[in-house]
Amino acid sequence: MWGGGKLGSSGGWFLRVLGPGGRNTKAARHLISSAVYVKNQLSWILQIKPRVFNEYRTMWFKSYRTTFSCLNRIKSFRYRWARLYSTSQTTVDSGEVKTFLALAHKWWDEQGIYAPLHSMNDLRVPFIRDNLLKTIPNHQPGKPLFGMKILDVGCGGGLLTEPLGRLGASVIGIDPVDENIKTAQCHKSFDPVLDKRIEYRVCSLEEIVEETAETFDAVVASEVVEHVIDLETFLQCCCQVLKPSGSLFITTINKTQLSYALGIVFSEQIAGIVPKGTHTWEKFVSPETLESILESNGLSVQTVVGMLYNPFSGYWHWSENTSLNYAAHAVKSGVQEHPMSAEFAFKGETEELQANARTNPAVHEELKK
Amino acid sequence: MAARLVSRCGVVGAAAYSSPLVSCRRWSGASTDPVYDVVVSGGGLVGAAMACALGYDIHFHDKKILLLEAGPKKVLEKLSETYSNRVSSISPGSATLLSSFGAWDHICNMRYRAFRRMQVWDACSEALIMFDKDNLDDMGYIVENDVIMHALTKQLEAVSDQVTVLYRSKAIRYTWPCPFPMADSSPWVHITLGDGSTFQTKLLIGADGHNSGVRQAAGIQNVSWNYDQSAVVATLHLSEATENNVAWQRFLPSGPIALLPWSDADHTDFIDTAGAMLQYAVGLLKPTKVSARQLPPSVARVDAKSRVLFPLGLGHAAEYVRPRVALIGDAAHRVHPLAGQGVNMGFGDISSLAHHLSTAAFNGKDLGSMSHLTGYETERQRHNTALLAATDLLKRLYSTSAAPLVLLRTWGLQATNAVSPLKEQIMAFASK
Repeated sequence: MWGGGKLGSSGGWFLRVLGPGGRNTKAARHLISSAVYVKNQLSWILQIKPRVFNEYRTMWFKSYRTTFSCLNRIKSFRYRWARLYSTSQTTVDSGEVKTFLALAHKWWDEQGIYAPLHSMNDLRVPFIRDNLLKTIPNHQPGKPLFGMKILDVGCGGGLLTEPLGRLGASVIGIDPVDENIKTAQCHKSFDPVLDKRIEYRVCSLEEIVEETAETFDAVVASEVVEHVIDLETFLQCCCQVLKPSGSLFITTINKTQLSYALGIVFSEQIAGIVPKGTHTWEKFVSPETLESILESNGLSVQTVVGMLYNPFSGYWHWSENTSLNYAAHAVKSGVQEHPMSAEFAFKGETEELQANARTNPAVHEELKK
Repeated sequence: MAARLVSRCGVVGAAAYSSPLVSCRRWSGASTDPVYDVVVSGGGLVGAAMACALGYDIHFHDKKILLLEAGPKKVLEKLSETYSNRVSSISPGSATLLSSFGAWDHICNMRYRAFRRMQVWDACSEALIMFDKDNLDDMGYIVENDVIMHALTKQLEAVSDQVTVLYRSKAIRYTWPCPFPMADSSPWVHITLGDGSTFQTKLLIGADGHNSGVRQAAGIQNVSWNYDQSAVVATLHLSEATENNVAWQRFLPSGPIALLPWSDADHTDFIDTAGAMLQYAVGLLKPTKVSARQLPPSVARVDAKSRVLFPLGLGHAAEYVRPRVALIGDAAHRVHPLAGQGVNMGFGDISSLAHHLSTAAFNGKDLGSMSHLTGYETERQRHNTALLAATDLLKRLYSTSAAPLVLLRTWGLQATNAVSPLKEQIMAFASK
């Protein structure tokens, strides 16, 4: 399942960090170990990753992976904290909701804590715009995305929603945190043009899947998939709301040793680029995992490209290397699917789909519920 | 970068309490004043050209632009027989900008003069420098300011659905948005006109000359001093008809004298006796092997009632941009006319700012965001500061007749004349 992952399947590796002295007063000695259980139709995956950071300024990092019932023996110097698993069908993680609630008013400060997200627009907006322009035969000057309906999942304060609205698209932004939507709503209300083109709702993706099936030309899930609980369901819902040949745009963080070192340790704990507790390494998604889930849902991945953030200049750059952040663009197959209903179990359907030469044979897996 | 921007916001806050032109009010809820995407304050050569450049930009197709001009609309019914004595020397780069929105065609249909050579020499010595273009390109164009304004006005009328021009409108108050995003306060700049009408805008461009109201209201520091000199401009008639396409300049201790070509038959030249003038740093190609020293034409008489005097000074704004504000043209920099670069630097600002705004609009960015405004500022400050410093240095260098300095500048001039790649570089820099 985690084929191609950068981590070894067993054993661990040492990362020794000798920090500067005199930091005893700082209460930044985190000791996190978490167990995340993800349930899906196919398998149980149990991961336990203890991380120890003791006051002798050395850190051992070990990762273990077990599947099914093998529990790993965990070595730790301090306490262990196990996260409760979720068996509900929602993809929204309430812990994440709490984290973002505390920062709901800070979205629009371009030099504040969300500055990296503001400057990420320089990459992600052209990425979305150019890939969508390929599908529009003649676009209007000044409003290149006019006529496109876009869904921004996990829109936060509307940082990405507003540029897409300015480019002429009709955008619906959804977010489970109501304070975020309030901030976004307030911010767009000052601009009469944006006010008409953008609509915000407080909800999760699953809640609107029924009513908005196959209505969007594009779905954007930027910096979201590393915060959801059930990635499979989430991506399935993304696919369901897309029109045939619609585009799905995802930006997220890869799950590698480098992303742990730079994305969690450096960014959150040392440099403070990202607020502490924003990310959890277990939830990072590697491009290979993402691709396999997308393919199994009938989306074909067109592009995967790496993004690199320079904390000194504050700018993002495209990169060949996807081991930290990356962006992916996938297109739903153009097969006309049935109007969305929760169970598709019947044979007639699967045979019809299999008969179509362009259908991915694995797509029938998603029809089971 | 973050630290520099924070300090900028701090200064705005401080300036809000010191300048009478400014207030920082909180607006609760969305105001009903019309919201413009860009407001250009000042409808002179540079302001009108900026409005044109944005109005004709493809990515600004659905944006609303407002141009505020304090004076009346100038309509040039037909070209006057006599030439106006307010002219500008337009570099090839500026001509390219003007042709990008179709104004240059109008100018060509009216009246202009191209020149191909420039000869400069020192009064205290025989040092001489000659700028010449081998290929048939023009070094620059002399165009009357009225003609340029007329061409720009015509082009603005053609895009009147996007660009609104308000004449006889002077802004009396600017209200800046709060530096930190507040939930219920308007993030736009509010402008109040003399007649009481108010507008909101996402980006305010100040093109209102060297006593810029926008710059003062924003509290941007301006480094400036007056030269102890004024310029006198007049129209001259030459005694004999010559092929009038050479610009002449001679440095005198009291100030340089320049003759700029106007027409063949009834030559109209402009004398500019301002302080030590830096010769146009207009790049030239290699001089011909036989670069005979041409004698300047002799002057027959001065056109009656054509003499004008205007004071000279130098000015440079410490910052060209603030959140939702940008300065272009003389509002940002005021230069001695000896190099003929004043309006060309302004047109250069327009090219740069229009390019940055166009890219920002195509990326769906908020037009008043500092991220692209600082890109414009960096690009232009580098170019303008160099030119301003060089102009000022030359002015001071050529306004003395002390022997060591005369010797120094003589050698410098002759050396520069001999080194053609250097002349080419100078020409290229000033032609932009």
